[in-house]
Amino acid sequence: MSGATILVRPLTPVPESGNYLTAGRTIWSWLTSTDHKRIAILYAISITVFFFIGAAAIAVIRFELLTPTGQYISDDTYNKLFTLHGVVMVWFFLIPSIPNTFGNFLLPLMIGAPDVAFPRLNLFSWYLNIAGGLFTLYAVIAGGVDTGWTFYTPFSTMFSNSHVLAAAAGVFVAGFSSIATGVNFIATIHMLRTEGMSWMRLPLFVWSLYATSLVLILATPVLAVTLLLIVAERWLGLPIFDPAHGGDPLLFQHLFWFYSHPAVYIMILPAMGVVTEVITCFARRRVFGYDFMVYALVAIAGIGFFVWGHHMFVSGQSPYASLVFSFLSFVVAVPSAIKVFNWTATLYRGSISFEAPMLYALGFIGLFTIGGSTGLFLASIPVDIQVHDTYFVIAHFHYIMVGGSVSAFFAALHYWWPKITGKLYDEAWARFAAILMFFGFNFTFFPQFVLGYLGNPRRYHVYPPQFQVFHVMSSTGASVLAAAYLLPPIYLIWSMRWGRAAGDNPWGATGLEWRTSSPPPLHNFLNPPKVEQQPYAYHPEGRGPVPGSRTPYRTQDQPS
Amino acid sequence: MDALDFFPEAASTQATSTDFILFVLIGFTGIVVLSVLSLLVIFSIRFRRHSAVRRDDPPEWMKRDLEIGWSSAGLFLALFLAWWTSATELSALIAPKNALEIHVVAKQWMWKVQHQNGAREINVLHVPVDEPVRLIMTSQDVIHSFFVPEFRMKQDVLPGRDTRTWFQATKTGTFHLFCTQLCGTEHARMTGEVVVMSGPDFAHWLTSQPVSDDLTREGEALFRSLGCSGCHDAASRVQAPALAGFFGSEVRLANGTSVTGSDELLRDIVLHPREHSVAGYPSVMPSYAGIVGDEELLRISRYIHSLSPSPEGKQP
Repeated sequence: MSGATILVRPLTPVPESGNYLTAGRTIWSWLTSTDHKRIAILYAISITVFFFIGAAAIAVIRFELLTPTGQYISDDTYNKLFTLHGVVMVWFFLIPSIPNTFGNFLLPLMIGAPDVAFPRLNLFSWYLNIAGGLFTLYAVIAGGVDTGWTFYTPFSTMFSNSHVLAAAAGVFVAGFSSIATGVNFIATIHMLRTEGMSWMRLPLFVWSLYATSLVLILATPVLAVTLLLIVAERWLGLPIFDPAHGGDPLLFQHLFWFYSHPAVYIMILPAMGVVTEVITCFARRRVFGYDFMVYALVAIAGIGFFVWGHHMFVSGQSPYASLVFSFLSFVVAVPSAIKVFNWTATLYRGSISFEAPMLYALGFIGLFTIGGSTGLFLASIPVDIQVHDTYFVIAHFHYIMVGGSVSAFFAALHYWWPKITGKLYDEAWARFAAILMFFGFNFTFFPQFVLGYLGNPRRYHVYPPQFQVFHVMSSTGASVLAAAYLLPPIYLIWSMRWGRAAGDNPWGATGLEWRTSSPPPLHNFLNPPKVEQQPYAYHPEGRGPVPGSRTPYRTQDQPS
Repeated sequence: MDALDFFPEAASTQATSTDFILFVLIGFTGIVVLSVLSLLVIFSIRFRRHSAVRRDDPPEWMKRDLEIGWSSAGLFLALFLAWWTSATELSALIAPKNALEIHVVAKQWMWKVQHQNGAREINVLHVPVDEPVRLIMTSQDVIHSFFVPEFRMKQDVLPGRDTRTWFQATKTGTFHLFCTQLCGTEHARMTGEVVVMSGPDFAHWLTSQPVSDDLTREGEALFRSLGCSGCHDAASRVQAPALAGFFGSEVRLANGTSVTGSDELLRDIVLHPREHSVAGYPSVMPSYAGIVGDEELLRISRYIHSLSPSPEGKQP
């Protein structure tokens, strides 16, 4: 990296041999490793596989939707493909994506710990995730599931002829993986912070993992219970949601969204953490309003538990309940807005450079802002009545989860890739992919806002011909997006073999993870670091960054 | 379709007010989104690494004031929007008293409509323009959802209970009807149309339909064939509650609670009589769960309405 003068010696002059990658070279050594860094890699491999499975399903759908009449696949196949896409992307890609890969890899490094609090539980959680994934893949191979990822009753329990039980079992098992990870992270953050790492000195990515873990622990058990009730009704015939025997189908929706709305925050909070780290590093500027950023994360996690009813404005729930949920849904937008303003303000008087991670992070802010703003439309009952279960909702949550979370995932991947592998990727290709992804994404999903207000319902295999033009735009954009997703695996894998050595701190970043070698040794630090100051000392207090330079900066273990 | 539509036609009173809210939201969020995006671009250019501009820290008080300023501005904006959209929603909650009542039954994968005079149609709903119409809907199987984009109207249709919604069409024409709740294989084909006609045309259309029987008379026939009349008929000697005036009246149950006569209560009593035994009567009524379906219940309800003192029958 040009202009990157390393002012400080690494804490851990690691011997040439010996980092976590070389600590054992057999597959068995990977499958039995309790090292948080290796488990992170295991997760990275499995979620990548699931990502491309989910992406393949939607590729077929976007191709089919080029024409208004169903031409290539049957109605049932269509329903099974979007269910596959939803189930795999939500539970086997998005929820484990940032927390279980980057969270696992970085949390101990960022707080100066040798590993997470419960290393074996950490490995077990990966096996649970894989077991859940295999159940789900079995459901697909055995014939598929056609209920949508939402499993609405009584369709899922009494009418669907597809493999609901196997899919529910898969998600149920994967849920325990989430809970184990949440417990592990909370215990790690409470117990294993190195000396001097007080709560208000934690990097914001760590705070975001803490907030995420709280949601994982409190919400996921409700999902487990809900799925058990589905099994009880579908398999054992216990009437829980069946109105003919005194059950209530709406009960399912309340339970499901009590988990699934907070689950949205499981997906976006870690993304916010990543973006904060990247923005501040490439703007060479202390984070604007560190404490507000912390409060906003915790507020989102907290208020997020009380807005689930906005998924049910047209369900037949009490209109007065809808008013309360509408109100709270407007309120939950406020802390997110605060974060957006703070990221923007962090750029002010910075010294900004535009490497690939920064491009992804800036893309995140733009797309998340659009996604979040359209959330206000859904919080308002009259507008929600029109756009509920239409393409508007699809566009909205893809702006949050794909434009937001997936962009942040790629930001994290490019930002920490040198730390994880010790190698630098090709910057030009990486920037090209970032820009292609941004435009491909907007091209795909922006037309769907219009399509939704026009009234095209989601989960429609066939649609009236006047909607075709928007579907064609969307499918065209999707092919650009697909190309953008295929690029990073190529140049990143290339870099592992042929990339230049990264050095310990190629970006001149301030976190403790940059104070060990790249890739880090097995137990992270040879001597535990001692934290002396706030994160993000990218410029001396009072004076701003120096134009044209990454220096001077102070890492967290250096006195200010 | 010749012209490219970017915006759906507004063909009901609700559509006009929903569109107004939409435009205000686009206005507010547009300002916020555009300011954020332009600041991102401006800062990115002005404070790029090699530009020679001032970069010293802004004063501490400015940071704090900004932070408090935009937090409270955001909160007040959220509170205002919540109050304003809710107020609009509340004022449109209750259907006008004189609304034309139409029954809709959804099943995989069709919409069955029945008018007051017994006229039936499938996947088509004929309604008069400029007249409030109330839909009373139920499903025979899974959850469906009744969606007419041009009316900005959508309501889920559930098995085992009635859901209601209402609209007042403001334009004649033919509009899309979609099912928007995933209901199985042919979900995307569970569509139809809403035909809005002028008042006289509608009246003419309605009377020219082949009417099998009207709902009340069908209900009375069921009331007798199912054996309800054996106990509940005014002339019966068995001790059972009389049903004239049931709707809207205060019913005291054996478990001590007091409830109001309604379609929901009727359904509960017919399907689960033991849990809803009326105070002062022996709990001997058998359950009709599995025997009486939603469409039968609708007809029995119409018949019981017709027993009420007022000629129209009180509305629940």
